[in-house]
Amino acid sequence: MAATPDSVPAAKKGGFRVWLNKRLPVDEFVESQLTGYYAPKNFNIWYFFGALSLMVFVLQIVSGIFLTMHYKPSEAEAFNSVEYIMREVEWGWLIRYMHSTGASFFFIVIYLHMFRAMMYGSYRGPRELLWIFGMVIYLALMAEAFMGYVLPWGNMSYWGAQVIVNLFGTIPVIGPGLVEWIRGDYGIADSTLNRFFALHVIAVPFAIALLIALHLVALRQTGSNNPDGIEIKAKIGADGKPIDGIPFHPYYTVKDLVGVGVFLLFFCGVIFFVPTFGGLFLEKPNFEPANALSTPAHIAPVWYFTAYYAMLRAVPDQQMGALLMLCSLVVFFFLPWLDRSPVKSIRYKGILSKIFLTLFVISFIGLSYLGLMPAEPIYVVFTRIFTVLYFAFFLLMPWYTSVEKCKPAPERVTYHA
Amino acid sequence: MSDAVTSSTEDVDVSRRKFLTAATAATGAIGVAFVATPFIASWKPSERARAMGAPTEIDLSKMEPGQMVVASWRKQPIYVVRRTPEMVAALAAVDSKLKDPKSAESAQPEYARNDARALKPEFLVVYATCTHLGCLPKEHFKPGDALLGTDWPGGFFCPCHGSKFDMAGRVFAGSPASINLGIPPHAFETETLLVIGVDPAATVQGAA
Repeated sequence: MAATPDSVPAAKKGGFRVWLNKRLPVDEFVESQLTGYYAPKNFNIWYFFGALSLMVFVLQIVSGIFLTMHYKPSEAEAFNSVEYIMREVEWGWLIRYMHSTGASFFFIVIYLHMFRAMMYGSYRGPRELLWIFGMVIYLALMAEAFMGYVLPWGNMSYWGAQVIVNLFGTIPVIGPGLVEWIRGDYGIADSTLNRFFALHVIAVPFAIALLIALHLVALRQTGSNNPDGIEIKAKIGADGKPIDGIPFHPYYTVKDLVGVGVFLLFFCGVIFFVPTFGGLFLEKPNFEPANALSTPAHIAPVWYFTAYYAMLRAVPDQQMGALLMLCSLVVFFFLPWLDRSPVKSIRYKGILSKIFLTLFVISFIGLSYLGLMPAEPIYVVFTRIFTVLYFAFFLLMPWYTSVEKCKPAPERVTYHA
Repeated sequence: MSDAVTSSTEDVDVSRRKFLTAATAATGAIGVAFVATPFIASWKPSERARAMGAPTEIDLSKMEPGQMVVASWRKQPIYVVRRTPEMVAALAAVDSKLKDPKSAESAQPEYARNDARALKPEFLVVYATCTHLGCLPKEHFKPGDALLGTDWPGGFFCPCHGSKFDMAGRVFAGSPASINLGIPPHAFETETLLVIGVDPAATVQGAA
């Protein structure tokens, strides 16, 4: 026979699995990414939100694909096609509410995921790039959510688009031309809706998927941080694996499944009982069709943008307001270099870091609330106070992280079995 | 054999190779720019959108003094206000409270850069979009309006972010908007027929 002596027994011995792995490195991939990837054993509840973000992303993709099968991206038909999905398509209401609730839950889990990183110093070296990829995902997600909110073509969709697109008009010189180019018309029009649809269903999700892949590859390279903010790779056991690490699969995949279960309880609760969440997840003016001649009594974006929106309104000059809003996002990117603390985790940082992080959280929630409120003088005063605190967290960080007295970080992770 | 390989690499003219690499890369970049142009330009207003942006006519003969109508040109709502003589006379009184009383920083055609910000003082023609972020300021023409307080001189109020404008669309100090409401090109074809979207020179000269 012409077959070489070793190829015949190998095929017989391993069967399909060997055949497959010779052609596609499946086992190698599972080994390197899951069963051989060691994560710190002291993860707590905050470590659910990365996996949950990924799950919500998949949920949005799937529900979104099914919505595009009934939705019509045109000025004349968009609003009615959404109503059609809600009333006449079988289970259409469920798919639509999954998608709209999914958007809000996406931001809930992302905000908790980001807060986790800020608490335990997960942005610090060697994880700077991991943090930056995460921030880019966050920005892409904001663009995705904004364009998605325009698609139902309700009155808040229309006026929200008007306000946000006009932000680009504040850029000197190129602003007005840029706005016309984004809209494709002299106002928010059919062309705007149609291109936002294209970006929302293909361009941005595709970019987000790539960014998620980069985020995960960067995570595999550095390994996860943990609540103690120490490197488990510094203590390697006799088997060459970190002593304080456990394989991601099966340990954390199983743990994350429990998280998914709890998450879905809340998620389904909202979908079935309070899908608009009292006007927070789906705003009331959006149940009226877009009307170019009637502004809703008070324009506010959906809750996940209101912190930034509040800052925009706090400045009595539109260019400065837009610039401040831009800065409030850009400043996150510099976090890895603003933190000068000898320890990473808030557990071992000094009192100043704890105070500033608490103030930051209070101001972010405060700003989010104020951004939902009308622009009355008393609210503007509070908005300005919170804006100052928000920026103080970042800009004073090099100072307070270097002067405060920290506790020594432990040699090994703290763990109570 | 291996000697031949070595000598052939030694023969490589590195600077020539670098130049060719750079030249190829540059040519490629120019090609990319050319190919990108149609894609980027496809986002500009289409021929149809531009045609729909043609001038629009409004008959003013039925308007009462103090009345406002909402017109639309290029998908932008436009307020046309027939101001009373008292409204016009009161404009100068609020100058000190304005950000840009002489409209030096604001956008309007030259023929509307005057005290009344109008071709004819009686008719104010302004873009109804707030110069802050594009909401529609509401009409609050009555001085001492209940919402805006007893010292309110009458004008427009934007419910979105609280910008205030006077009866000539000029922005009050303390508003988030920094410039006055824009004025579209407009002309009077006859005494009572307003055309929005053209300059006066393009129509019957006598009317202006």
